[in-house]
Amino acid sequence: MTDWMMIKPVVLWSDSLIFLLALLLILFFVHMARNPVARMRWRTVFASPTGMGAFLVILFYILVALLDSIHFRQPLEQSDASSDVHYSQQVDSVLDLIIGDLRGKDEKTYSAPFAIYSFAKETRTLDDGSIVRDFPRLEHAGVHLSDPAEHWHDIRNRTLEALLIGLAISAALVLLHWQWRNRCDAVACGPRKEYLPWKTIYGTLAFLVFATVWVLKLGGLYHILGTNMVGQDTLYQAIKGIRTGVLIGTLATILTMPLAIVLGICAGYFRGRVDDLVQYVYTTLSSIPGILLIAASILLIDVYIETHPEQFALTVERADFRFLALCFILGMTSWTGLCRLLRAETLKVSQLDYVQAARAFGVPHWRILASHILPNITHLILISLVLDFSGFVLAEAILSYIGVGVDPTMASWGNMINDARAELSRDPVIWWSVSAAFLLMFGLVLAANLFSDRVRDAFDPRAANKA
Amino acid sequence: MISYIIRRLLYAVPILIGVNLLTFALFFMVNTPDQMARVQLGDKHMDAKAIEAWKAERGYDKPLFMNEREDSEGLLTDTIFFDKSVRLFALDFGKSDEGRAIIEDIQQRMWPSLAVALPSFILGILVNISLALFVVMFRGSLFDTGAMVACVAMMSISGVFYVFAGQFFFAKMWHLVPVSGYVPGADAWRFLILPVVIGVISGIGSGVRLYRTLFLEEASKDYVRTARAKGVSELGVLFRHVLPNGMIPILTSVVVVIPSLFMGSLLVESFFGIPGLGSYTLDAIQAQDFAIVRCMVFLGSVLYILGLLLTDISYTLVDPRVRLS
Repeated sequence: MTDWMMIKPVVLWSDSLIFLLALLLILFFVHMARNPVARMRWRTVFASPTGMGAFLVILFYILVALLDSIHFRQPLEQSDASSDVHYSQQVDSVLDLIIGDLRGKDEKTYSAPFAIYSFAKETRTLDDGSIVRDFPRLEHAGVHLSDPAEHWHDIRNRTLEALLIGLAISAALVLLHWQWRNRCDAVACGPRKEYLPWKTIYGTLAFLVFATVWVLKLGGLYHILGTNMVGQDTLYQAIKGIRTGVLIGTLATILTMPLAIVLGICAGYFRGRVDDLVQYVYTTLSSIPGILLIAASILLIDVYIETHPEQFALTVERADFRFLALCFILGMTSWTGLCRLLRAETLKVSQLDYVQAARAFGVPHWRILASHILPNITHLILISLVLDFSGFVLAEAILSYIGVGVDPTMASWGNMINDARAELSRDPVIWWSVSAAFLLMFGLVLAANLFSDRVRDAFDPRAANKA
Repeated sequence: MISYIIRRLLYAVPILIGVNLLTFALFFMVNTPDQMARVQLGDKHMDAKAIEAWKAERGYDKPLFMNEREDSEGLLTDTIFFDKSVRLFALDFGKSDEGRAIIEDIQQRMWPSLAVALPSFILGILVNISLALFVVMFRGSLFDTGAMVACVAMMSISGVFYVFAGQFFFAKMWHLVPVSGYVPGADAWRFLILPVVIGVISGIGSGVRLYRTLFLEEASKDYVRTARAKGVSELGVLFRHVLPNGMIPILTSVVVVIPSLFMGSLLVESFFGIPGLGSYTLDAIQAQDFAIVRCMVFLGSVLYILGLLLTDISYTLVDPRVRLS
């Protein structure tokens, strides 16, 4: 049994960044919620069932990513009585503890989803000395079954069981919430949130709870989505890919957003030389084909990593460095669009009468920028934040396929899809690995797209006029 | 008009110089040729002599900016900067790290790229415009909502998925077309169908959605309402008024990619084994051939700037109110 006092936390750069980011986002939302206009707009976003459902799904993905971002190393079994503890080279996360049942049950090679027999034939010697060539039983799937014929029966039963548990938990949550709402009515604690689509909220939550329970219940007994070439559980790989997907979507936008905001506003506000310079910089950067710039930069990062091995003690740290570099470069190729937008909007806003008046009164530039210009362009920043997110998640898959994405040792959907090139040309086709990656990616991107649609409708004044 | 074009071309020069300096800094100053050589040669044959030989063979053994050993003539020209960067402006791409002339490769591989990219581009626009117009015909109905949901779903699917699915169904299951490959000449069409179809399908989601918005914007304008009030039929309104005027923003927005069609698509070409510029670039990336990647970055920027120029010119052609200045 692991002694929990002995674990050694590992803080990767991307871990600290994502938690900092989560904090900043919460502060940002709290700040926006105090503004009555912004609050009204958020209300229209969350009042629509698609917007709310998509938001909950994204929140679930983010939660998984955050859980997967608390890393530590477990101590190894001590062989002698010496006082110094040796730590495992493997870095675990809190998520690994929760879905630990899925891990460490490696088979020899491929196996189909829910299979209890291996995918490849093997020559075995039986007890009586005869040699047969057949599909051996898997070592970790369905071992609790006494009779292999009960296989599908068992899965159906356990699914029903998971469904019941899921329903029970969701029902308990809903009841608790009702209770709370009724009590709130009695003691009058603020306005009731009647505008929220509660049916959608309950439905989405119930689905997410059921999915979690189902994975936890069946994941330990079977390989729900099969295993990959070296016998690792595909579902586990795909779930670990969530962190990469979510992080790349958020970090890539946010790492370069300050650059876009500062340069865009300065160009639009000060004009003249500053404007010329900023325009020159972003035209130059955007004229380089994005994918080539990324490829070139990642090649250089690789060279750097290879020539400075002393800076990266753990494989994870090396992968993390490359990952952050990738996020930064992805951001570099896309900040120009936001910068252009902000510049144009600032040009317009700084012509408004009250900005002119503030200037005439001699209000310092930084105060005009902070209190008059910035609040008027926040919606553009927000819209581009949610719009870019899905694009980056999709880009990761393509970049990893080209070989300039995240480190091959890092769990990511792109790497899974990359492996699928060989798997899909086999006969019979090995479809589950790539499907798992596509499925989880599709869920995240679809939710992000739906949510960003709602946000854009609510915050874009032009879209509002059209309706 | 001509003076405008000349001025714009002159304006492109500082941008290209910027691109050039940036790539130069990336490729030679962040990472020295020594490090490149070390990565290229691998651990096996790594010694000082091998590195020097590798560098000399490819002309990386010169100083970066100033060659002080040379007299006044070679002071600036006999350097890496002049050889590898300044010469790009004359479209003198030099040799790849493997020793082949890059310009010949480009001339040869440009045509397969165009053969895929041009039909995908034209067919894509035609399909997207017709689908968008069809959706606009039923605007506000349940069909419209359903079509938009389908578009968002199609946008959310990774492009790689379309390629896998297309190859699996059309090539492996139904044996309609070869999985991948290419032959030059008239027989090429068999190999081109699948990449073009996949290219078109993967663009439908975002394309139809965007074009629908543009058409709807046009359809809500006063002159369209007037036409309808005068008794023009709904179809007549769509095809006589909305379509031609809605085409203006569509066409001007796609002009920018036309020059870049020469570069081909990295993804499609590598999946379908088409020997175009896209797969050329990809091979260079994977083989870490920095010389080729550098040239492609420069070429890509030139084509993009050309696209911007074409966009501005196309604005004046379709809308006489826009004056170039």
